[in-house]
Amino acid sequence: MVPFFAYVTVFLLIPALVVVIGAFVSGGRPTLGNIRALGQPAVTSALWHSVVLSAVTAVVGAVLGAVLAYAVSTASPRGVLKRFLTSLCGVLAQFGGVTLAFAFLATFGATGFLTRALATVGVQSGGGLWLYEWDKGLMLVYLYFQVPLMLIVFLPAVEGLRPQWREATETLGGSTALYWRRVGGPILLPSFIGALLLLFTNAFSAYATAAALVSQGSPLLPLQIGGTFTSEVILGRENVGKAMALAMVVVVALVMTAYAVLDRRASRWLVR
Amino acid sequence: MTTAPTTYAPTTSGGQRGVAVELTGLRRSYGPVRALDDLTLRLAPGELVALLGPSGCGKTTALRCLAGLEDPDGGRIEVDGKDLTRVPTNRRDLGMVFQAYSLFPHMTARQNVEFGLQLRRQPGERRRARAAAMLDLVGLSSQADRFAHQLSGGQQQRVALARALAIEPQVLLLDEPLSALDAKVRVQLRDEIRRIQLEVGTTTLFVTHDQEEALAVADRVGVMRSGRLEQIAAPQELYSRPVNDFVADFVGVTNRLPGHAHGHAAAVMDADVPLLSGSATSGAVTVLVRPEHLAVRPDAAGGAEVLSVSFLGAHARVVAQVTGGPKVFVQVPSRAVADFSPGQRVTVTPVGEPALAVAREEA
Ligand SMILES: Nc1ncnc2c1ncn2[C@@H]1O[C@H](COP(=O)(O)OP(=O)(O)O)[C@@H](O)[C@H]1O
Ligand SMILES: [Mg+2]
Repeated sequence: MVPFFAYVTVFLLIPALVVVIGAFVSGGRPTLGNIRALGQPAVTSALWHSVVLSAVTAVVGAVLGAVLAYAVSTASPRGVLKRFLTSLCGVLAQFGGVTLAFAFLATFGATGFLTRALATVGVQSGGGLWLYEWDKGLMLVYLYFQVPLMLIVFLPAVEGLRPQWREATETLGGSTALYWRRVGGPILLPSFIGALLLLFTNAFSAYATAAALVSQGSPLLPLQIGGTFTSEVILGRENVGKAMALAMVVVVALVMTAYAVLDRRASRWLVR
Repeated sequence: MTTAPTTYAPTTSGGQRGVAVELTGLRRSYGPVRALDDLTLRLAPGELVALLGPSGCGKTTALRCLAGLEDPDGGRIEVDGKDLTRVPTNRRDLGMVFQAYSLFPHMTARQNVEFGLQLRRQPGERRRARAAAMLDLVGLSSQADRFAHQLSGGQQQRVALARALAIEPQVLLLDEPLSALDAKVRVQLRDEIRRIQLEVGTTTLFVTHDQEEALAVADRVGVMRSGRLEQIAAPQELYSRPVNDFVADFVGVTNRLPGHAHGHAAAVMDADVPLLSGSATSGAVTVLVRPEHLAVRPDAAGGAEVLSVSFLGAHARVVAQVTGGPKVFVQVPSRAVADFSPGQRVTVTPVGEPALAVAREEA
């Protein structure tokens, strides 16, 4: 237990304290100014963009990932295909974003090879500008780590469905559709919503992918926070950054609390 | 080797609603494995038949074919005179109890029991009354609002039974419903399953690998091996008149004693044992003798030595090593325990109850 607490202290408690205290301090004095600064249009719109981006990619990622998880669960349990897919998804869920951002830039970017190839034959593709916009290219790229993450998180739940439940439904007179509507679906629902919330926080706090792809302005909250630490223009802004980080922590904490509640219910139903 | 069901016992169950079930020539292979190899089995209306056999002999496959959860490669399935071979499970009107964990985890016990009735569009009032009656039947009225994870394994199986019976199925199927429970609950619940089955009179197929369980609950027991039925008979007959050594070995404890057959008897340990029909009638044989069909007495010049004596409650068991022969199990009255001790010389003799003899390969 000691290593665990040491780890939590160094990597979670201390940073959290730095953020919380910093959010209420300016120039060595307590203040609410940092919090008030959250009301600035640049910050509120970044927060809004972050929420929309996270929500959309979480919902789309969850649906696609759930379908994929079901497909994988029907493959033979120790088959090569399944192990390959789950390992691949493990990697993609962690690194998919940046790798893919690079791949996209190298292909569709202003100097990407496809853009240039098209240009040589006289087609102006517009330099793939859509790619750099948070609600187009970024959403697409985010999905490349959201879908694999969903697969990893949701697969155990799908595999926790016992064949007896389906067979009991059938012997009691139910069809396959009825099974999904009355038994399989409701049993998976808490896990599904829980995974969706996890995907939301995953996108909400993602930084690297956005930083790699977005060069104009800071349309998302993590980029805004990053900006306050790197910007040389406004000194003393880093505590506003901490206030923004605090806002993020609050959002993530709320979502993760809901996740924990759902996960407890799901684990009672599915794990035995 | 295989014997067709010769006796066809009229049901002792007295149920009115029971229907006949007939499996004819069922075959099912998984790749090279023949899970069912021409299985024929009839259940009389209201009868409880136990399918007994070692793991992997095809019991579950047989039951799942009857349930429609598995498609036989060949053969026929009839229930109440109707051919169900190609009818999907959800239109077969069956109740099924699985080995474990089959309750819907997101529903209470009551909701589980009501589920099948809902699917049959029974009005709420009747449905609730029926569910309450079924939970009462299995003795779980007070646990109706609990979820599966709040019930013990035995209670879960009771709810599963109530759920299966609530829809008044034509046939009740149980696949090792007790094997995940501990010994005491197992015995208790098995007696209860039998009581309830007699009460509702539903024709029932009960799959188990536990011979004691099969003998205790069934009207008739079918012993399976490698996808075939070796013998089907009332428990008592199965025990006293096994058709071959596989059945004799599998049902109850059996001593394998060397002997010599001459006609309808065999010389075994200086005594003559009458032979059951189907026995080998000449030459060197192995005679299968039950522990209670052997007698043992202290004898300083005896041909056997006591290895151990165990007290088993109602009776006791003496294990003795026959000099130059097999180890034998002998059942004795429990008050006789004091007469024997390890190392003692004894004489063991068959008491002359009919036994089965099989040809012995000379070593
Ligand atoms: N789905 C399956 N795939 C492959 N083999 C199977 C399958 N189901 C059963 N078997 C095989 O069929 C044989 C009979 O199985 P089963 O009916 O489950 O036996 P039992 O219930 O008597 O233990 C076994 O050898 C088993 O390995
Ligand atoms: Mg089985």
